[in-house]
Amino acid sequence: MWEYTDKVKDHFLNPRNVGEIEDPDGVAEVGSIACGDALKLMFKLDENKRIKEAKFKTFGCASAIATASALTEIIKGMTLEEAAEVTNQDIAKFLGGLPQEKMHCSVMGREALEKAIEHYKGESEKVTEGKIVCECFGVTDLEIERAIRENKLATIEEVTNFTKAGGGCGHCHEAIQEIIDTVRAGEFDKQAAPVARPQLSNIRKIKMIEETLEREIRPSLKHDGGDIELIDVVGNRVLVATRGACASCQASNQTLKHFVEIKLRELVYPELVVEEVAQ
Amino acid sequence: MKEIYLDNNATTRVAPEVLEVMLPYFGALYGNPSSMHSFGGQVGKEIRQAREQVAALLGASPDEIIFTSCGTESDNASIRSALISQPEKRHIVTSRVEHPAVKALCAHLATQGYRVTELAVDGEGRLDMEQYRESLTSDTAIVSLMWANNETGALFPVERAAEMARERGILFHTDAVQAVGKIPIDMSKNAIHMLSLSGHKLHAPKGIGVLYVRKGTKFSPFLIGGHQEKGRRGGTENTPSILGLGKACELAARSMERENTQVRQLRDKLESSLLTGIPNSRVNGNRQERLPNTTNISFEFVEGESILLMLDEFGICASSGSACTSGSLQPSHVLRAMGVPFTMAHGSIRFSLSIYNTEEEVDFVIEKLPPIIGTLRTMSPYWKPVEQMCAER
Repeated sequence: MWEYTDKVKDHFLNPRNVGEIEDPDGVAEVGSIACGDALKLMFKLDENKRIKEAKFKTFGCASAIATASALTEIIKGMTLEEAAEVTNQDIAKFLGGLPQEKMHCSVMGREALEKAIEHYKGESEKVTEGKIVCECFGVTDLEIERAIRENKLATIEEVTNFTKAGGGCGHCHEAIQEIIDTVRAGEFDKQAAPVARPQLSNIRKIKMIEETLEREIRPSLKHDGGDIELIDVVGNRVLVATRGACASCQASNQTLKHFVEIKLRELVYPELVVEEVAQ
Repeated sequence: MKEIYLDNNATTRVAPEVLEVMLPYFGALYGNPSSMHSFGGQVGKEIRQAREQVAALLGASPDEIIFTSCGTESDNASIRSALISQPEKRHIVTSRVEHPAVKALCAHLATQGYRVTELAVDGEGRLDMEQYRESLTSDTAIVSLMWANNETGALFPVERAAEMARERGILFHTDAVQAVGKIPIDMSKNAIHMLSLSGHKLHAPKGIGVLYVRKGTKFSPFLIGGHQEKGRRGGTENTPSILGLGKACELAARSMERENTQVRQLRDKLESSLLTGIPNSRVNGNRQERLPNTTNISFEFVEGESILLMLDEFGICASSGSACTSGSLQPSHVLRAMGVPFTMAHGSIRFSLSIYNTEEEVDFVIEKLPPIIGTLRTMSPYWKPVEQMCAER
């Protein structure tokens, strides 16, 4: 038995906004009966272009019904710009969380909302975009990529929980793993090089740290009777040992953090962290 | 709220008489049946009696009964034994609708160099006996076919199939976990070599099973250890459960008649009332060749988990073959093998009764279920009321 929160149970047993709107402004249908769940979402705007009414029809399990009910409650009163920002996590959070295996219901809600907004704006549906990866559930590479990115997914199982991809015959597992690897490699690059700074090789990084210590830091420390020695560089952790007056100085930690680290970040690499190692 | 338990193919309540037999063996009578002293020895005597009780229900002889921990162990022991004792044979014949205890094991063996034939079933869940005959080869080590299907209750003609295997010198195993206690079984009148049963499906506790091995069948133990079960299954005996299973088998023999009269009538009433009370519904599987306690009904355009959770609000316990309840994302492999259309497969509900169910309980379900299906259908984007469908024609 699934462990549903009381809020999920409430929205399942007493779903809000079930039905259809006559002459809706935006409408979308996602999922299919073959796949086991489907959602039809429609909304109507008021004179200020806010969502006045939202209604749904769902074929699916308890969490699919609860998710659709929650979604309509969330978007009521929103402008379309605000509604476009609603993520699948927002929907899950509204319900006090969903079992991992049911997260795909929240993704289906977000997809329906997006398509309904596109429909209102007269944009053609983007269904043809992307390449089908999972034949069993008709999931494209773009959908998988997006779920990985937005929900920080790391395993095939998680991708299946969020998109259903890979939950049928399993033939696409290899392709899903490739997408995970590609997306995550890309995310790492982005984190590592936020500004137009070139990616540093480790050797280059160590060399630059050494030079900076020699040129910019040692002279000031020596002036106060201290010194610093580079022990190792592990990723972005710069391991150093303090010498001379610094070694016994109460404020040496302050010095390391506020002087050495700032200098190294400025001149070498912005993510560096200076740590003192016991000798 | 008192529960209305209609999920007896999942598990059954322990019969009060069974519990009574078991309790002293958790307490004062804790002796090891293998011991030389009379304190343990008296337990050994009781186990002998339990073995006789199980044998009697099956029409077997007591030394053909091996106590195991569950149906899955019995299935594993039997199929693996057949392969180990005939190393020159590399082929297994089974069906697409087996319980995972057999299905997953065969899938695993297929990765270990064995060839596995999974026989298809038709839309009513029946085997094609001609295809079965053709699948048997001189390389076939074992056939494993279930006696009764856990999801639909459909019965396979295992006795005829076993006969065909015997003529070709092929070992035959049947997973009879759902059949034992519900329909008469007489091993003295058939050619089945090995049979698995599970205690908790017939009002004994969980954690006890039996593998029947016909006298003269080569057997290689699965659990190797002490001399228990004549060296065919090591491990100290699960004394209370063995004695409980013995009692449960004795009770099952006595209530067999009721299974096929009272239980069958209740099942039929439930089934026909739901079919008439709910449009766009159907029974999955052949309705004649079937266990007397099981019905698997599909309600079109609604999803099984939702139905179950709404039934749960009334304390009604059943199960479903829908994707959301199968632990995977696809409907049950049994319904898929039968080619049940997906508009129906996701909305399948299995009711499985026992002698403890009453007519009032069945009437309660007949009253509560139609409005639940109605509510879910008004929510379903695929459902159009009959009037509307007619108007569109």
